[in-house]
Amino acid sequence: MKLRTLILGLCSASALAFAAHAESITIATVNNGDMVRMQKLTDDFTKANPDIQLNWVTLEENVLRERVTTDIATKGGQYDVMTIGTYEVPIWAKQSWLLPLEKLGADYDVKDIIPAIAGGLSVDGKLYAAPFYGESSFVMYRKDLMEKAGLKMPDAPTWDFIRQAADKMTDRANGVNGICLRGKAGWGENMAFLTAMSNSFGARWFDMDWKPQFDQPEWKKTLQFYVDMMKADGPEGASSNGFNENLALFQQGKCGMWIDATVAASFVSDPKNSTVADKVGYALAPDNGLGKRGNWLWAWSLAIPAGTTKADAAEKFVSWATSKHYAELVASKEGWANVPPGTRSSLYANPEYQKAAPFAKMTLDSINAADPTHPTVKPVPYVGVQFVAIPEFQGLGTTVGQLFSAALAGQSSVDDALKQAQDAATATMTEGGYIK
Amino acid sequence: MARSVTTRHKTIATVAAWIVALLIFFPILYTIITSFKSEQEAIQGFNLIPSGTFESYAEVQAQSGYFKFFLNSVILSVGSTILALLVAIPAAWSMAFSPTKRTKDILMWMLSTKMMPAVAVLFPIYLIFRDLDLLDSRIGLMVMLMLINLPIVVWMLYTYFREIPGEILEAARMDGASLWNEIIHVLTPMAVPGIASTMLLNIILAWNEAFWTIRLTTTDAAPLTAFISSFSSPQGLFWAKLSAASTLAIAPILIMGWFSQKQLVRGLTFGAVK
Repeated sequence: MKLRTLILGLCSASALAFAAHAESITIATVNNGDMVRMQKLTDDFTKANPDIQLNWVTLEENVLRERVTTDIATKGGQYDVMTIGTYEVPIWAKQSWLLPLEKLGADYDVKDIIPAIAGGLSVDGKLYAAPFYGESSFVMYRKDLMEKAGLKMPDAPTWDFIRQAADKMTDRANGVNGICLRGKAGWGENMAFLTAMSNSFGARWFDMDWKPQFDQPEWKKTLQFYVDMMKADGPEGASSNGFNENLALFQQGKCGMWIDATVAASFVSDPKNSTVADKVGYALAPDNGLGKRGNWLWAWSLAIPAGTTKADAAEKFVSWATSKHYAELVASKEGWANVPPGTRSSLYANPEYQKAAPFAKMTLDSINAADPTHPTVKPVPYVGVQFVAIPEFQGLGTTVGQLFSAALAGQSSVDDALKQAQDAATATMTEGGYIK
Repeated sequence: MARSVTTRHKTIATVAAWIVALLIFFPILYTIITSFKSEQEAIQGFNLIPSGTFESYAEVQAQSGYFKFFLNSVILSVGSTILALLVAIPAAWSMAFSPTKRTKDILMWMLSTKMMPAVAVLFPIYLIFRDLDLLDSRIGLMVMLMLINLPIVVWMLYTYFREIPGEILEAARMDGASLWNEIIHVLTPMAVPGIASTMLLNIILAWNEAFWTIRLTTTDAAPLTAFISSFSSPQGLFWAKLSAASTLAIAPILIMGWFSQKQLVRGLTFGAVK
């Protein structure tokens, strides 16, 4: 009895001692499939690091952005690891809000990160966030409808081909829209698509003196093409459609083509949720022969705020979650098709992954076709393919997005929308001190 | 003839009331229906008959423990309500029974704090919470929720107290009751229905508060509003899961509201016609 009491006492004492030494880190993240999967697999990390406990905070993307911005700007210290995108990393790193990732470990293999992705997450050659999953955008199309229209989708289509195909695939009587594109206003919604599209039309947000360029013919061509095509072949009420709305339409067989994030491929090809899972083909985002394609580049990445007091534990976690080992862990538990895409070159060289993910090559080609440091045909003073990496862009992008969404809804003309966009951008850039 | 006209009016009014009530309740009803659908069913347009699956509930519970959030919601809403009543009863008493020239102005000023958008004071409040080490703490959030709802609580109690004849309190004073005894043993028992309905309304308001409860918490003090928010996703269709999370979050307060509807309606309409 006494011995048992002693053993129990010792166990309790060691448990208390362990609890006293365990360091807990708080990770802020978004609710998407890959992130949720990571939360389920963290036993692997805590087994190897018993002195680190993980607390998760999952938030909707915009709330997360607002919360981490508030916390980081006030040095609230609520988070030790935060999930942020390619837009935030260069801005926050320049403000010294993030710690550079310099202790990721000997086996981490930083050079394996796809160069286009690493470029978007680095400032002055230092990596400030480790990519958890990366994405570009591409064309998803219905192979059966394309065949019915008597056309063959090239691997790298032009906008003219897309327009022609959309016209032929549209079958209003059967509820089929030739093309579905984002129309919902927002810097991360319609403006992500339209900014990337405008790159392929030779347009740019600003010239080298930060003067807005919406009064130039390239933007007129972009917006006119988009509005005309959507009016002729797009779904009803397209000005309210974002990623989720178009995904629902495509999965129900109501879109001939859909140009959007590469991550959508795993949703539309999933027979559990998609009625057209076995009929989907993929192609690169369209171009106009000017040397730039209309695809974007985004990476949800893990970064460490400068206000944390647990930087070492946080960096250990970041290293684990974005390592090759993690990819193998996901593959062993849930199959290669579920490994977070778009971050490491080695994944795309893996024959098992190529077999499990038919969209793998097209995803990698799309990511490689985007260059955030040289996103446009003409030179620009900013970084970012579907955004401009300056703090003012969130507000300005959404304002311009509302104007363009109104043009799509027929509430204003293309010319009016562009004129108002030019005025709004000029006012913002003057106020921000970019235009002297 | 006059009787049949009255009956007809009554019938029309009843039908109109039902239509309005159904219209108001329909989004909640549809959320509950959607929570019993599969994800694929949920996106396939309008459909009032679900397949009756519980898979979304199972996944929601597996993904993030509901009970921790639920417990925080209960503690925060009840705690903030008790705090609010402790402050508001004396405040409303003084304004109802010893009004000054500026009482109306003070009441108006208190209400005017509700007119400012919450986001305007996000940074100052966040800094205060950070410096007082109250971020992600139940105590801090309880005080915050109390302060947010205090103007409404004071206003409601003030309206009830005004209905109580001042002579009764005067009589108590003449019998030698102290101020404390007057408020606790004379005023409060007479105002119980009013206090009860104020309490119920305040619990509902605190339970549903989503701006501060999401922004001032991370893990330890996060209530059900943060639980719902974690199921919203811009990339991916999780409508059935989101509906299941919402249903789980509103169910307790909906049940409480149903059982206490008489007090609530009385509380909300009391003094409205004066």
